[in-house]
Amino acid sequence: MDAAQALTDLTEISSQIEAAIVLDAEGSTLASTLDEQRGPEFAQVVQELVAAVKRASGNEEGELAQAEIATGEGSVFLVRDEQRTIAATTGPEPTVGLVFYDLKSCLRSFAEEKPKPKPRARRVKKDEEAGASA
Amino acid sequence: MPRRRVVTGLVLVASSLAGAVAIRRRSARRRDRVDVYFEDGSMVSLGDGSPEASTVLPLARRALETARS
Repeated sequence: MDAAQALTDLTEISSQIEAAIVLDAEGSTLASTLDEQRGPEFAQVVQELVAAVKRASGNEEGELAQAEIATGEGSVFLVRDEQRTIAATTGPEPTVGLVFYDLKSCLRSFAEEKPKPKPRARRVKKDEEAGASA
Repeated sequence: MPRRRVVTGLVLVASSLAGAVAIRRRSARRRDRVDVYFEDGSMVSLGDGSPEASTVLPLARRALETARS
């Protein structure tokens, strides 16, 4: 499943999620529910947020698995795996466990992405073989 | 006498509204927090007012603002 499709599925499944973005390990945007104007700014803020959460928690070694930053205006969720970070915003007082579950499922759908099968070697027809040997 | 009743009623309504707003603001403030979960299963919760959370919460508000603008 590609990143954009995974985010489309996520926002369809979880009505609590208002916006979401997926970043790779280098911080590049893989997919976003926001338009081209707001997407880059949102990606920038999310990267700053991940760094700030790591600093604030006193652990900058990269062991952060997930975080919820709750404010009166809404919450920001962060979920990370080895290669990607997904961030999502919700309204105030979301169902925390459910949002984390949906975000993890979304990240897992990337991890389970199967590589395209290699093209099989073309079988040589018997006639061609016979012609070649003659 | 009826005028006094009206004034009393208005005062009651105004004070209850003010109280509701104050409670709402207070509970909204109490909601502000940062919950961080690590891969080893440990968790840290940073409440509003802590110096650590004060660097994170403004960024979260900015993210929400950007997402909704």
